[in-house]
Amino acid sequence: MNLCRVLGTVVATEKLPIFEGRKLLVVQPLDELQQPQGKSYVAIDHTSCAGKGDVVLVMNEGGGVRMTLKEPAAPIRSLIVGVVDAVDVG
Amino acid sequence: MYLGRVVGTVVATRRVEGLEGARFLLVQPLDHAHRSTGPAEVAVDRVSASPGTLVLLEGSREAALACEPTFVPVDAAIVGLVDEVDV
Repeated sequence: MNLCRVLGTVVATEKLPIFEGRKLLVVQPLDELQQPQGKSYVAIDHTSCAGKGDVVLVMNEGGGVRMTLKEPAAPIRSLIVGVVDAVDVG
Repeated sequence: MYLGRVVGTVVATRRVEGLEGARFLLVQPLDHAHRSTGPAEVAVDRVSASPGTLVLLEGSREAALACEPTFVPVDAAIVGLVDEVDV
């Protein structure tokens, strides 16, 4: 999983049906010191409680997403599966 | 998924099986601040996007899953039209 910070939300009314009712959040990958590292991207919030500024766990593997969502053909690869309280390093 | 802006259309009449009905658009991948995150790429349009539009894309195998029929040689698909990115 990636450690990411939630930067905000994406609103897209016109989209494939599979995305209906799912929250689209813009996430910024972080390094172990929680500094931004790499390109931001868009993930679906499966915790339904991740918000702007939160550090979250993002799973980036489509097979796992499809199993978790019980949607065998979902064209989704990034899913927020946890909201992080603390990261202790070293 | 990632953001992108449609910058053009691509016509390719000679194509492999499974791509018969596919509509190709040229897309510039972007980050949340609309900065380019890599070279422009060709994506299959699944939501009738048009040049200039900000779109939501899915990549790799998931792009093929967004297409009909499902298992086609596609690695980028436009799956949503973005109204707003609120960061």
